[in-house]
Amino acid sequence: MSTATIARRTEGEPHAPQRRRKLTPLRLLLHGFLIVVSLAWLFPIAWAVLTSLRSYDYTAANGYVSFGGWTLDNYVTAWRTAEFGQHFLNSVYITVPAVLLTLFLASCVAFVIARFSWKLNIVLLGVFTAANLLPQQALLIPLFRLFTEVPLPEFMSDSELLYDSYWGLILVNVAFQCGFCVFVLSNYMKALPRDLYEAAMVDGASIWRQYWQVTMPLCRPALAALATLEVTWIYNEFFWATVLMRTGDKFPVTSSLNNLRGEFFTDNNLVSAGSVLVAIPTLVIFFILQRHFVRGLTLGASKG
Amino acid sequence: MSDLPLIQADRAVPPPAATTSTGGRRRRLRLLSRTDRVVITLMVLVPLLLVTGFVWLPAVATVLLSGTNWDGIGPLNEIEFVGARNYSDVVNIYPPFVPAIQHNLLWLAALFVVATPFGMFLAVLLDKEIRGSRFYQTALYLPVVLSLALIGFVWQLLYSRDQGLINAVFGSNIDWYGDSNVNIWAVMVASGWRHVGYIMLLYLAGLKGVDPSLREAAAVDGASESRAFFRVVFPVLRPINIIVLVVTVIESLRAFDLVWVVNKGRNGLELISALVTQNVVGEASRIGFGSALATIMLVVSLVFITIYLATVMRENRE
Repeated sequence: MSTATIARRTEGEPHAPQRRRKLTPLRLLLHGFLIVVSLAWLFPIAWAVLTSLRSYDYTAANGYVSFGGWTLDNYVTAWRTAEFGQHFLNSVYITVPAVLLTLFLASCVAFVIARFSWKLNIVLLGVFTAANLLPQQALLIPLFRLFTEVPLPEFMSDSELLYDSYWGLILVNVAFQCGFCVFVLSNYMKALPRDLYEAAMVDGASIWRQYWQVTMPLCRPALAALATLEVTWIYNEFFWATVLMRTGDKFPVTSSLNNLRGEFFTDNNLVSAGSVLVAIPTLVIFFILQRHFVRGLTLGASKG
Repeated sequence: MSDLPLIQADRAVPPPAATTSTGGRRRRLRLLSRTDRVVITLMVLVPLLLVTGFVWLPAVATVLLSGTNWDGIGPLNEIEFVGARNYSDVVNIYPPFVPAIQHNLLWLAALFVVATPFGMFLAVLLDKEIRGSRFYQTALYLPVVLSLALIGFVWQLLYSRDQGLINAVFGSNIDWYGDSNVNIWAVMVASGWRHVGYIMLLYLAGLKGVDPSLREAAAVDGASESRAFFRVVFPVLRPINIIVLVVTVIESLRAFDLVWVVNKGRNGLELISALVTQNVVGEASRIGFGSALATIMLVVSLVFITIYLATVMRENRE
C-alpha cells in the first residue's frame, strides 16, 4: 500500500485527472505494471544509445555501470571504418526501386481482383498471399543456382550475373513482398463504391484510366501505410542480401552489419554506435509516420 | 489470352433485373475493348510471372531436388534420383538435425506459450483507454521496427561476456551468446522481445473491432472481466487468433537472422533455416541434402499457410 501512495503522489496529482475516472488502487497497479514493462522494453535500445555515447577507454577502466566518458567519437570511427555512407546508399538503391515496383505491381493485380469477378480470383489471391508466407530458406537452393546462371550485361551488374547485383535483390524482394500488398490492396479496393466505375465506364474511361486515375488516388491512405511498412521491411531485409551478395561493398546496411562485426568485435561501444546508425532511418520513419506504420501492420490482420 | 473469357465486368454495370444469364454476361464482357483486355492481361501476368518465377517454381524445384544426389556443380542431365535417401540421411547421419528440430520447437513453444499470451495480455490492458496509453504502446512496439539482425547486435551489449551489462550487474561470467547451453535461451529472449510488440499490435487492432454491446451485455449479466474476456471477447477474435497462430508458427520456422548474426547457427544455435543455408552457401554444397531439409520447412509452413488462407478468405467473403 505504501508504494501505491507514493505512486499516487508522484504520478496521479500533477495531471489534474478531473475528467478521467478516479485512480483506484487497481488502476495504479495497472499503470505501475505498464510503466515497468514499457521501460523494460525500451531499455535495450536506450542502453545501446547510452553505450554508443561513451568512450571505450572510460568504460574499460570503470566498467559499464558507471557515469562519464561521454563522447561522439564512436560515431565518427564507426562511420569511417565501416563505410556506412556507401552501405546506406546501397540500401537506397535496393529499397526505393523495390518498394515502388512492389506497390505498382501489387496494385495492378489487386485492381483486377477487386474490379472483376473472375473465377480464378481466389486462386490468384492465394498464389500471391501464400508466396509472402513461405520460408525464404526453403527456396534458397534453386534461387541461388538461378541467380548464378542468369547473365546480366556488364553495365547492369559488374558481376555480369543476377547473383551479387542490386537487380537480383530488388527482384527477389519485389517477388516476396508483392503478396502482402496484393492482399491488403485488394481488400481495400473491394470496399470502394462500385458507382465510381459505373460513372467511369459511362464516360468511356479505359481500364487503365479506371486503375490509374480513379482507383489509385482513392487508395492513397493504404498505399502510404504499405509504403511505410515496406520501406522498413526491405531496408531490414537480411537473409537475401546475405546469401545473394558476395562483394562486401555492395551489401545493404542491414546485412553489412555482419561483415562489420569482425572489425568491431572487441569494442562494444563501436558496435552500439554502428547499431544506432543502422536503426536511425527506421526509427525516423517510425516516429514521423507512426500512424501509417501501425495502420499498415494491422491492415493485413483486420478488415477495419 | 485463353483465360480471358473468364473475365467479366462485374457489378460495375448492374445487370437488368432479369438477365443474369450468361448471355447478359457476354454482353457486358464486350464492353471491354481489345486494349482493355490486353491491359488487364498484362496487369496480372507480369506480377504473376515474377512471383511464379522467384517463389513458386523454386519451391517446386526444391521438392524435386530433394530426391536427387545433385552436388550443385555438375550438368543437370547427370542428376540421379535417389528416392528418399536424402531424407533418411538427414534424420540418421546428420548430427545437427535433431538439435535443430528441438530448437525450432523450443522457439515455437517460447513464442507461443510466453510471448504471444503476454502480447495479448498487454493488448487487453491497453484497450481500456487508459491515460498514457500512447506512450506504453509506442514503447512496446518500438522493437518491431528494428531488423532481427540489428536486434542481435543490440542484445549483444547486454549479453557479451566481458562487456555485457548482465554480467557486470550480477557479477556472473557467462558467455550468453557463446555458451552452447544457454545461447538458445538468450536469442529467444531477444526474439520474444520483438514478438510481444507485434502480437500486442495485432490484438489491439482486433479488440478495437469487437462490438462494444457484446461486452456491455456480458457486464449486465454479471460476468467478471476475465470471464467476459474468455467467454465473450476471445471467441469473437477467432480470425485474429488464427492469424496470430500462423504468424507465430511461421516466425519460429523462419527464424534465421538472429542466430546467423550470432554464430551462423552453429554451436548451440542450430535451426533448420540455418542448416539449409549452411548446406548451400557454406563450404560443402550438398544440394539434394539441403533440399530435403528445405522441403521439410516447406511442408510444415504450407500446412499453416493453408489454414491462414482458408480463414482470411472466409472472412473476406462474409
